[in-house]
Amino acid sequence: MKIGAPKEIARGEARVALTPESAKHLQKLGHECLIETGAGLAAGFNDDTYRDAGVTVAESADALWRDAEVVIKVREPSDEEAERLREGQTLIAFFWPAQNEALLEKCKAQGATVIAMDMVPRISRAQKMDALSSMANIAGYRAVIEAGNNFGRFFTGQVTAAGKVPPAKVLVIGAGVAGLAAIGTATSLGAVVRAFDVRPEVSEQIESMGAEFLFLDFDESQDGSESGGYAAPSSPEFREKQLACFREQAPDVDIVITTALIPGKPAPKLWLEDMVAAMKPGSVIVDLAAEKGGNCDLTKPDERVVSDNGVVVIGYTDFPSRMATQASLLYATNIRHMLTDLTPEKDGVIHHNMEDDVIRGATVTHQGEITFPPPPPKVKAIGAAKPKKKEKAPTPEEKKAAELATFKAQTKSQVTMLAVGGALMLLLGLVAPASFMQHFIVFVLACFIGFQVIWKVSHSLHTPLMAVTNAISGIIILGAILQIGSGSAVVSVLAAISVLIASINIVGGFLVTRRMLAMFQKS
Amino acid sequence: MLEQGFVSAAAIAASVLFILSLGGLSNQEKAKRAVWYGIVGMALAVFFTSFGPGIGGYWWLIPMMLIGAAIGAYVAGKVEMTEMPQLVAALHSFVGLAAVFVAWSADLERRRVMAARAAEASLDQFSAFAALVATKAPDELMFLQVEVVLGIFIGAVTFTGSVIAFGKLAGKVDGKPKQLPGGHMLNAGAAALSLLLAIMYLNGAGFWTLLVIAALAFFIGYHLIMGIGGADMPVVVSMLNSYSGWAAAAIGFTLSNDLLIVTGALVGSSGAILSYIMCKAMNRNFVSVILGGFGGSQGPAAEIEGEQVSIDANGVATALNDADSIIIVPGYGMAVAQAQTAVSDLVRKLRAAGKTVRFGIHPVAGRLPGHMNVLLAEAKVPYDIVLEMDEINDDFASTDVVIVIGSNDIVNPAAEEDPNSPIAGMPVLKVWEAKQVFVSKRGQGTGYSGIENPLFFKENTRMFYGDARDSLNALLPLVE
Repeated sequence: MKIGAPKEIARGEARVALTPESAKHLQKLGHECLIETGAGLAAGFNDDTYRDAGVTVAESADALWRDAEVVIKVREPSDEEAERLREGQTLIAFFWPAQNEALLEKCKAQGATVIAMDMVPRISRAQKMDALSSMANIAGYRAVIEAGNNFGRFFTGQVTAAGKVPPAKVLVIGAGVAGLAAIGTATSLGAVVRAFDVRPEVSEQIESMGAEFLFLDFDESQDGSESGGYAAPSSPEFREKQLACFREQAPDVDIVITTALIPGKPAPKLWLEDMVAAMKPGSVIVDLAAEKGGNCDLTKPDERVVSDNGVVVIGYTDFPSRMATQASLLYATNIRHMLTDLTPEKDGVIHHNMEDDVIRGATVTHQGEITFPPPPPKVKAIGAAKPKKKEKAPTPEEKKAAELATFKAQTKSQVTMLAVGGALMLLLGLVAPASFMQHFIVFVLACFIGFQVIWKVSHSLHTPLMAVTNAISGIIILGAILQIGSGSAVVSVLAAISVLIASINIVGGFLVTRRMLAMFQKS
Repeated sequence: MLEQGFVSAAAIAASVLFILSLGGLSNQEKAKRAVWYGIVGMALAVFFTSFGPGIGGYWWLIPMMLIGAAIGAYVAGKVEMTEMPQLVAALHSFVGLAAVFVAWSADLERRRVMAARAAEASLDQFSAFAALVATKAPDELMFLQVEVVLGIFIGAVTFTGSVIAFGKLAGKVDGKPKQLPGGHMLNAGAAALSLLLAIMYLNGAGFWTLLVIAALAFFIGYHLIMGIGGADMPVVVSMLNSYSGWAAAAIGFTLSNDLLIVTGALVGSSGAILSYIMCKAMNRNFVSVILGGFGGSQGPAAEIEGEQVSIDANGVATALNDADSIIIVPGYGMAVAQAQTAVSDLVRKLRAAGKTVRFGIHPVAGRLPGHMNVLLAEAKVPYDIVLEMDEINDDFASTDVVIVIGSNDIVNPAAEEDPNSPIAGMPVLKVWEAKQVFVSKRGQGTGYSGIENPLFFKENTRMFYGDARDSLNALLPLVE
């Protein structure tokens, strides 16, 4: 099959769907690759690098659309591009079918198959083609970089000869892929990062990235697995609580990065005007939800606004395109993985398997029919959230009370055990002869010493411990020695055998312990 | 002949030396000295007892000791470190058998003394232990009989149990749990019968009762350990270790020998603590381990999503070359594949490249407590980079690469995440928190407990299939 990537015509779009690297992989699948001249220029790939990778450079968009059987793109097709589609041709691009119904109709009318990269279901197997995540990752990184560009201080705290610099405090709202990438970038720059998400099950991920999770004490927390790993709208009570939490944070934080999106809905307003007003001058807000209306009241899409109190609000919507080389490399790899799944035999023939969850989910038109929305995938996006008890940090009084309670319980159990043990001893003393009791004292004391000593043995020396106890349990030889001189032949023979095997134990046990211990070396 | 006073003094010295010897194992350097304490203590005890009052039969004694010592030295010099579990089990069986023999002899001596008393013959003719028995009062003799029964019973269970454990560990007996029809009822029946016989014996029944008790105890030892699976062996071996100590202590009571009592108690408590640690590490109680097998799961196990993604040596090498911190988690599979030397070579290379390499050891990794530590020590891995689970578990989150070699259940996240899992609540090494996990494994299969491991399906896990040693040797030249 001939796979072609045209030049993106959307204004400001610098990404490209085919890179020389992905082309090489596609060729291994038996495909032939085409690219429109100059398509990769903005992303840093000129025509010659493509030629070196064995890609045919088409002189015009017309030629490319005519020759290519599979067209791969970044943005959804414009109207004229959609008209160029023909029957049997496949288009792979971001498509947003829910928002672009007219376009969807058009593509259906042209008879083309359209695979929407934004519709790839969120299951583990499809992660390698999850272009939304790869773009969100870039957006999260870039958001921090843009924030830093507009922020007048260091991220990291320093103590210099010229004075102390406090670390920047960053609040990330929404811990999806973009949010987590932002957390990772900001922490590695040295900022103090806090993060919030409506899904409590992501707290672990947030903490693993080195941020502090702002926990809302609220009963009806959401189960993210129900909505395919995305957040869903929250109840008014929850929202109030959430806003109160943000209001508390506003005067303290220097940089706010909002990434809260709800699929198919305008972005929720989470950072209100009064919170912006409460922030320190020079603070920065980066709104990654700007395209969907923004999480911040002041956000204007594609613009940098400065509020009355000197807070910068950045509403760019083209973060991935601002890092076109990186974004193209990742996007082209996502596309390449999609084509790998579409070419199961690796023979250059595309087999559009509508039984496959991933392919079915991403296909929005096929064979003259609209196949959107897809049926729910057979596998759930993420494992059902484990019911997790949030342990509240106990207050000092509670701690004290708990300590006292455990101490009391311990005392109680110890006293009981001592009493029972004492009673048993007394009973034994009633029947046992005095000579036995003398030995018994020795026995009990030896057990105590044994317990005290063995607890201190290092775990790594447990095998030598077993070998050495093996050796000293050969002490049973004493019993045999005491009996061997008996007048009875049977006893002598039994004792002699015992001496023999106990000697094996003693010598074997000690020597093997010595051998083992000699092997333990310090670096 | 040495006076009794000398013998007692030697016994005190030996007891102290034994305690010091065990206490010294708290640290690797001290341990090298501590083992000498044990040796000297044992030499003192044996020497002074042998030449103490009332001992004879040197024509038997000395050759037997020499032969035994020669065999012991030969075995200790020859044994492979991977065979340590078998050796330890075999040595336990000797103690058990010796205890049975000594207890039988004690009863035979008692009968001779009783017969002489009944015939009102002179008690002066007796030598050695019989002379001691001759001085005992009737109620003391009664207690002696109880001690004899205990010694025989514990010793016999230890003997056959250890023999079976040896067979299982050496692969001579099938490692799967197996029981005769009737299961634990048979054991309970045998124990009840032994009790009955013991009562008969105390009431004057003949020597045959002791033989039958021993036979029944032999059966219990055999049947009990046959019913326990291979991976529970750390508990079994420590339990048998404990029993061998209690058997020695029981014999000590019989013979009125404090040194035997002290040593037996030390060994017994050591084994008991080891068993406790092992059980705790598996989050199972002692009884359920001994009764064998995993209990049925309490509900459907959580379904596992995703697929196992395999990777080749090149991929692993690239990740290792990029990583700064690496943790290796070895398990029984490493011992089976004899991969410890390959692991050591890999570690040396990675450390030479300036990377932080450490080992995380789960308490029940392998077939013997501390087994992995010994194997790694043998392969010249420095012990200060070999850490316990508790020491290293919090560090996984900040680790770049974890390599799991031949372990399964001890790195199973289901233990923490799935309350229905049969191993729920077992403390495990949280390898999945690392950025990247490589699992070296022979093929797709479940671990000892027979449950799927969700770790293998995680996004940051890659399966490195193949024999552990071959895989690592393929990896070595690729690591810079």
